[in-house]
Amino acid sequence: MAEFAGLTPINVVTGFLGSGKTTLLANLLRAPELADTAVLVNEFGEVGLDHDLLRGVAESTLLLDNGCLCCAIRGDLQTALRDLLSQRERGEVPHFRRVVIETSGLADPVPIAYTLLTEPVLQHHFRLGGITTTVDAVNAPAQLRDYPESVKQVAVADRLVLSKTDLSTPDEVAALRRQLRQLNASAPIIEAAMDRPHPAELLTDDMYEAEGRAREIDRWLAAAADQDALDHQHADEIRSFALSYEGPLDWTAFGVWMTMLLHRHGENVLRIKGLLNVAGMPTPLLINGVQHIVHPPSHLAAWPGDDRQSRIIFIVRGIDRARLEASLAAFNGLAAPEDRQAVA
Amino acid sequence: MCALCGILGGRRHWTESTGAPEAFASRPEAHTRHRERQTRTRLVNAVLDHYGLRLADWSGGQYVLRGRTGRTALVDNLSELWAEADRLGSRDCDPLDPDLLADLKARGHG
Repeated sequence: MAEFAGLTPINVVTGFLGSGKTTLLANLLRAPELADTAVLVNEFGEVGLDHDLLRGVAESTLLLDNGCLCCAIRGDLQTALRDLLSQRERGEVPHFRRVVIETSGLADPVPIAYTLLTEPVLQHHFRLGGITTTVDAVNAPAQLRDYPESVKQVAVADRLVLSKTDLSTPDEVAALRRQLRQLNASAPIIEAAMDRPHPAELLTDDMYEAEGRAREIDRWLAAAADQDALDHQHADEIRSFALSYEGPLDWTAFGVWMTMLLHRHGENVLRIKGLLNVAGMPTPLLINGVQHIVHPPSHLAAWPGDDRQSRIIFIVRGIDRARLEASLAAFNGLAAPEDRQAVA
Repeated sequence: MCALCGILGGRRHWTESTGAPEAFASRPEAHTRHRERQTRTRLVNAVLDHYGLRLADWSGGQYVLRGRTGRTALVDNLSELWAEADRLGSRDCDPLDPDLLADLKARGHG
């Protein structure tokens, strides 16, 4: 079985209707680094995508009996990706090393992650790369107020790309940035027109790519450091915060805690990203989860800076931060003292 | 909540460090799968005490969960465990429940 890091990455480009997903993708696909990318789009929009390997999919989600909306198989993707895989293996399509899925404006990206991690064939060939969410700087405040789909697309993102900032005032853009930072403490916010994002910045760097892994962690730690402590929201709103933990964590106790937390509260834990100081390990372990789904852990070759605290970014709905901290401490305290020691 | 959640069917569960040698490569001390399962069982039982449940390793491949009335369930990993613990136990398992956390402290854990 291939190592998780060796699987073909699948990036998701999502964002509300008219937020510039296709424009962004069209610009990115001109880059030579993305020449060997297969693209699956939900709808062929007005912005034409000129690309060798472009397929349409019809976003059909198969809800499972348990009623958990995030744990749903995307039947269309299952078929499209199996077809692509089989054609790649037979040499019937140009060899691709990456897939980008552009979702519809109302799509929930989480079932894509669930499909990739649980589908019996796909899980051995593909893995989720980053989720990029485009945000329309003019219309986002109203969309975030009125459409929960839009809020979720922002909350689960690895990158937020602002479009139409040239049609907004600097004050409006600054206010929107603050709102986005409340919803997602770890995703860098990139202005499409100003920053002209490089493919590595948006698509190819992630925590499983050896080359971009350290850059990726620097990005989300910087984003988290930039976050205002905005805990004045109502309890039922989505909020994000970085939880720090002094001292090494016992990995087994952490697994007991996190699985129990996601079992009971997974629908309200929209995103987790963590840099963990695990007892007995000289280098940090990386964890990455979306609702009930946790990817296999990865590791960094060295600590970024002198801070050896574990840092876990949570994006949650209605979960109290202090209670989460107390719970983690209690569970880590279950481990034997020798299993909570830092590496010598 | 779905029993499949978090299970990477065919892959080892994400909590099993001995199934992810690349991620844990820097750990100098050897961790055997057997030792990891023993530790996991002990830690889970410290929590399950609160719910009147008990977990035991089942031939190194699965775990068996037992309730006070003798009802049992076989589970493959931690994600499956909590769904079964809800079913066999007296109340839903919640790691944020202040009663559980107080209980862990009172028992000398945490």
